[in-house]
Amino acid sequence: MKTCLVVDDSSVVRKIARRILEGLEFEVTEAEDGSKALEICQRQLPDAVLLDWNMPVMDGFEFMGHMRRLPGGDQPKVVFCTTENNVAHIAQALSGGANEYIMKPFDKDIIADKFAEVGLLPVGQAMV
Amino acid sequence: MTPTEYEYLRKFLKDNSGLDLSADKQYLIESRLLPLARKAGLSGIAELVQKLQGGARQLITDVVEAMTTNETFFFRDKVPFDHFREHIMPEIIKARAAKRSVRIWCAAGSTGQEPYSLAMCLKEMGAALTGWRVEIIATDLSQEVLEKAKAGVYSQFEVQRGLPIQMLVKYFKQTGETWQINPELRAMIQHRQLNLLHDFAQLGTFDVIFCRNVLIYFDQDTKINIFNRLARQIEPDGFLVLGAAETVVGLTDTFRPIPERRGLYKPNDPRAAAAKPALGGAAPRLAAMAGR
Repeated sequence: MKTCLVVDDSSVVRKIARRILEGLEFEVTEAEDGSKALEICQRQLPDAVLLDWNMPVMDGFEFMGHMRRLPGGDQPKVVFCTTENNVAHIAQALSGGANEYIMKPFDKDIIADKFAEVGLLPVGQAMV
Repeated sequence: MTPTEYEYLRKFLKDNSGLDLSADKQYLIESRLLPLARKAGLSGIAELVQKLQGGARQLITDVVEAMTTNETFFFRDKVPFDHFREHIMPEIIKARAAKRSVRIWCAAGSTGQEPYSLAMCLKEMGAALTGWRVEIIATDLSQEVLEKAKAGVYSQFEVQRGLPIQMLVKYFKQTGETWQINPELRAMIQHRQLNLLHDFAQLGTFDVIFCRNVLIYFDQDTKINIFNRLARQIEPDGFLVLGAAETVVGLTDTFRPIPERRGLYKPNDPRAAAAKPALGGAAPRLAAMAGR
């Protein structure tokens, strides 16, 4: 089973994301900010990170920089999931090592499409 | 919705658009027609049916459009676009090296996601198509849908279905909450209103025809008739792309499937096809519908 770390300071968003990702057969762990997410990654890297941008303590962009420098940290697929919906933020995320980008609000179809896009799901599954 | 109302709408849609709904599509009718009925100030399906029976012309058009408009998104199903990039275009680039021109028809272009996806594929091919004349004709039954396709403006939700984020950044311009495809890509596509039940010979011949997820709604005779007419609009070495749930097999021998390439077909030798008598059955129906 593939693993996904959901990083968001909103417990409601984490809960929704968890339900969707478990439906797509991911094993989900949660973190409420970048710093807590980094601690988890230092113990074990997930296959995917669904990553909010604005969070207290450490934001998503800074977290991604630290995670990418961990041994094997280039492996996880990072999918931003944020209300920052402008081209400048998207471009910054991509050049910083993000694989995909979701602009909130999101639903199951968007998550499935984006995860298929980065090879975490077979294409057919995104079509349901 | 009563069974009588459902049967009326089924027959009405078949007569007016060729749409062939099975007996269990009540949910589809309700989800598409209830919003339309409310918009028209009607109480529900029952009143809508009364108005249709009374021959309300605008309503007839609206109902047909609402029922024949499909959900669509960028690079829908992925596989056909892989065929396009890896198989179709490399062959065309070789075969048309002297002529340097390619004509593509999206026969159910809908709100533009399919033709724009093809335009993006072609752009990504870069230098291989430098100096080529590229024509994409996108047709749809619905004028409302065509207007949307022409504008190329999509909601944040729509641009997140099937479209890789790199392509969004590269080929779209953000305006507030919406995203518009670049003028350069919009200029690659001609949008035209067309009912596939009517004659389309005036469109000319094509190297590639995408005709996806539209024929599934037609009955068998209509499908056969459309396949046979599509065969006349395709170059002998051209390609036909159908939807994942569609096939020519068992319906016509004007096209043959390409092995290992799901949904991809080539025309059979036109002389062989021409030698066979045209398959009948659909012509009277077409004549009956011509007044739409």
